[in-house]
Amino acid sequence: MSFFVWSWPLNLHVALGVPNVQPSMPLDEADLVQALQRGDEQVFAAAMDIYSGSLLRLAMSFVPSRAVAEEVVQETWMGVLEGIGRFEGRSSFKTWLFRILTNRAKTRGTRERRYEPFGLAGSGSDGDDGPSLEDALFVTEGSGKGHWADPPQGWEADTPERALLSKECLTAIEQAIDGLPENQRQVITLRDVEGVSAEEVCNILSISETNQRVLLHRARTKVRRVLDPYVRGGNT
Amino acid sequence: MAMDNNFKQRLMGYMAGNFSCQNIAELITDYLEGSFTLGQRLRFQMHIGLCMACRNYLRQMKYTVATLHQLPSEPIPEHIKTALMERFRTWKHEQESQDSSSDTSL
Repeated sequence: MSFFVWSWPLNLHVALGVPNVQPSMPLDEADLVQALQRGDEQVFAAAMDIYSGSLLRLAMSFVPSRAVAEEVVQETWMGVLEGIGRFEGRSSFKTWLFRILTNRAKTRGTRERRYEPFGLAGSGSDGDDGPSLEDALFVTEGSGKGHWADPPQGWEADTPERALLSKECLTAIEQAIDGLPENQRQVITLRDVEGVSAEEVCNILSISETNQRVLLHRARTKVRRVLDPYVRGGNT
Repeated sequence: MAMDNNFKQRLMGYMAGNFSCQNIAELITDYLEGSFTLGQRLRFQMHIGLCMACRNYLRQMKYTVATLHQLPSEPIPEHIKTALMERFRTWKHEQESQDSSSDTSL
């Protein structure tokens, strides 16, 4: 009975976590902070180059337009100058930046009538309280209830590094993120795009761990669906 | 050899502590985020080990996360950088004059 996949223990070791890669820095973070506190102009310019893209992306998840997002990024760097003297390294520098940005963006978002505070954990807090997202993928009645209606096939490459995703595909993913409810967009941007730890995401957005996971799961499920047609194997 | 579906379902239900494929799909993020108890984790892994479709789905979700981590970011416009550098120099100048005035007062 060779249909059993006895190799399963190997599969269980496929990386379980999310890689958490920091941007390439000429210095370590403590050096960076010290240099900023000393007023090193070159380091300030380098820090802007390294982090502004991430800040802009996060800002876009809060405010309605690119122009406003750029202003929020600008305000964030001014906030850095005001606060760097008091930065004690209790969080990473990047997390600290994201927190400053989030505070500024929320203020701005309220002004722009877009930001709505997180509600309680669970359904209804993100404008996405329908039945489980997975319902459409499964048999809902009869003896096969709870089984895949259309069992997922393997994707063509094991990792996106090997797949060399097309520009079109990356644009589709960006658009999918853009179309998510606001809270889901903020969580997936921080957790998956920027690689911030779950604990820090909760901290930055002031949400519970459970709420973070619910929002993240919904967001990931939708992005997976968008990615699917681009990376399906040749058998479709 | 085609497998008797009914038998497979019953066997999987028994082996996997009755996690259905839908449960697995709904719980994937909880699993990946490490929020399971040991018992839940084992049941989840047991199902994954036995079910090719769920194993594919788990891989797809990991792939999705890895793809998200690779999205390129856009740089901020030059004029904002220029404005911020200007701001930085003003800030530095203020810091230095503050420092020197507090030095003299001591």
